[in-house]
Amino acid sequence: MIATEISALRRPLALFAVLVLALALTPVTGNNYFTQQATFIAMYCGLALSWNLIGGYAGYPSFATAAFVGLGSYAGALLQNAGVPMVAAWAGATAITGVFAALLGLGILRMKGHYFAVGSISIVEVLRLIASSWSGLTGGGEGLNLPILPGGPAFAGKVFLYAMLAVMLLAFLMTLWVERGRLGFGLRCIQQNEDAADMVGVDVTRYKTAAFTLSALLCGTVGAISASWTAYISPGDAFSILLTLKVPVMVLLGGAGTVLGPVIGATSFVVIEQAVWSRFLDYNQAALGIVVVLLIFFLPGGLLGRLAARRLKTGAAS
Amino acid sequence: MSAPLLEVSGLTKRFGGVAAVSGVSFALQPGRIVGLIGPNGAGKTTLVNLVTGVHRASAGSIRFMGEDVSGQRPFESARRGLSRTFQIVQPFPQMTVLENVAAGAMFAAQAGSRGEAFEQARAHLDFVGLGPLADRPAASLTLPSRKRLELAKSLAMRPRLLLLDEVNAGLNSAEIVEAIELIRAIAARGITVMLIEHLMKVVFSLCEELLVLHHGELIAGGEPSAVAKDPRVIEAYLGTQYARRMAAA
Repeated sequence: MIATEISALRRPLALFAVLVLALALTPVTGNNYFTQQATFIAMYCGLALSWNLIGGYAGYPSFATAAFVGLGSYAGALLQNAGVPMVAAWAGATAITGVFAALLGLGILRMKGHYFAVGSISIVEVLRLIASSWSGLTGGGEGLNLPILPGGPAFAGKVFLYAMLAVMLLAFLMTLWVERGRLGFGLRCIQQNEDAADMVGVDVTRYKTAAFTLSALLCGTVGAISASWTAYISPGDAFSILLTLKVPVMVLLGGAGTVLGPVIGATSFVVIEQAVWSRFLDYNQAALGIVVVLLIFFLPGGLLGRLAARRLKTGAAS
Repeated sequence: MSAPLLEVSGLTKRFGGVAAVSGVSFALQPGRIVGLIGPNGAGKTTLVNLVTGVHRASAGSIRFMGEDVSGQRPFESARRGLSRTFQIVQPFPQMTVLENVAAGAMFAAQAGSRGEAFEQARAHLDFVGLGPLADRPAASLTLPSRKRLELAKSLAMRPRLLLLDEVNAGLNSAEIVEAIELIRAIAARGITVMLIEHLMKVVFSLCEELLVLHHGELIAGGEPSAVAKDPRVIEAYLGTQYARRMAAA
C-alpha cells in the first residue's frame, strides 16, 4: 500500500524537481531577464500552491491572496525599516500574516460559496484602504522605500530567485504533507459535503481555519520578499485585485485539489503571459478575462484533469 | 436494569412559533433496538437532529452515557459514539466508496493512521456487502447501495448508539428483507439501534420497544404489541384498519 503510494508520487516529484532545477539554473544559463522570469514563476507557484489548500482541497473560493501578500509586504517593509535583518523580517511578516489569517478565518469561514468569495475579496480592499489612509505608519499613498540590497543587480537577482524558490519548495512540501495526512482527507470531505463531514467527525471549523491559515502563511513571505526585491511598496501594488484573481485562475488552469496542478498552472500562465500578452499591453486584463471564460467552458478540471481524462479514455480503449 | 445509554428529558425545539419537538422525555437502554414512529411532520427527524447536535434544543437536556451532551456539535457527537444516517443519503460523491467509509473510521473513530482507517473501512464494506464496489465513486451507486454505504460509514464510526433515519425508504420488498437482516446483524454486534421507520413490517419484526411521536409530543412508549393497541396511537398514526388487522393476527 505504502509502496504504491510512493510510486504514485514519483512522477509529480520528478517533474517538480526538474522544474525547480531549470529555474535555479537560469542565472547560469540565461541573462537577467530569464532570472527575473524564473523568479516570477517560482513566486506564482508558491502563491498557487498556497491558494490550492483552501480553494482546491477545502473548496472555499478565496480571493484573499492579495490581502495576505500586501500585509506581508507592509509587515516586512516596516520590520526592515525598523532595522530587522532582511531574512528575519521575511520570517516576521510570515508569522504576522499567519496570525491575521487565523483570526480572520474564524470569522469569514462561516460564509460559504459566493458569500465567502465576496467576503474574502473585500478584505483586500479594506486592507488597501487602511494602508493608504494610515499615513503615519504606512506612508499612505506615497508608499514606503526599503533598503536596497547591496552587491549589484545580478547578485540581488540571484538572492531573490533563490528566496522565491525556497518559498515554492516549502509550499510544495506543505501540499504533500496536507495531501497525505489527516488534514487533507478532512478538507476533501469538507469540499465534497461539509455537513456530512461534520457528521462523520471532522471538526470543520478547525480544519477550515487551518487550511486558510496555511494558505496565507507563504503569501505573507512572498509579499515581504517582493517588497525587498522592488525596494518600494505602495497600497495599489501591494493589495492588487489583479493578483488576487490571477492566482485562482492559475490553479484552475492546472487542476485544483492536486499536488502538481498549481505548479503546472502557474508556470504555463507566466509563460503565456510573457509570450503573448506582454505584446498587447492595452488588452492584458481583457485577455485574462478571456482565459477565465475559456477555462470554465473547456477545461473544468484544468490541464491535469484533461490529461487524466485522456488517459482513462485510452486505458478503456486498449 | 443497567444505566440508560441515552436519556432525554423535557426536550423542546421551537422554530419560530412552531414547536417541532415539545417536552419529550425517554431513556434508551443499551443493547436494544428501539423504534421511533409517528406520522409525517411529527418531529422524528428533528429529534434525531437534536440528539446529534445538528440543532440546539430550546429547552431540556440530553445525556449520553451519563454525560450532558446538550450543547455538542455534530462532530463531537460522532466522536462520542452517537452516530446517525440520513433520510436523504449524504455521501462524499466524488470519493470512492472505500474513502467514504474510511472517513468515518479516520475522524469519528480516530483511527491511528490512514492505512488503519482504510483497513477498517474494507472490513465494514464487506460486512454490508459492498466489498466489490469499494473503488467505485460513491456517486455511481444505486439507491439501495447508497443506503448500505451510509450504514458502513456509520459503523466505521464505531457507534454505541446508531440512529437510523428511514434507511428503508425507497427500497423494494426484497431489499427491505436484506436491510432487516443487516440491522439485526448490527445490533448483534452490541450496537444500540434507534430506528425511525414508517414501514410497520420492519418496525414489528425488529423493534423490542417503540416510541410514538405526534405533533412533537411523545404520546406512547413501550412494548410494540401494547403500543399497537393504544387508542391514541391508532387514532394518530396506525389507523383503525391496521389495528383491526393486528388484532386479528
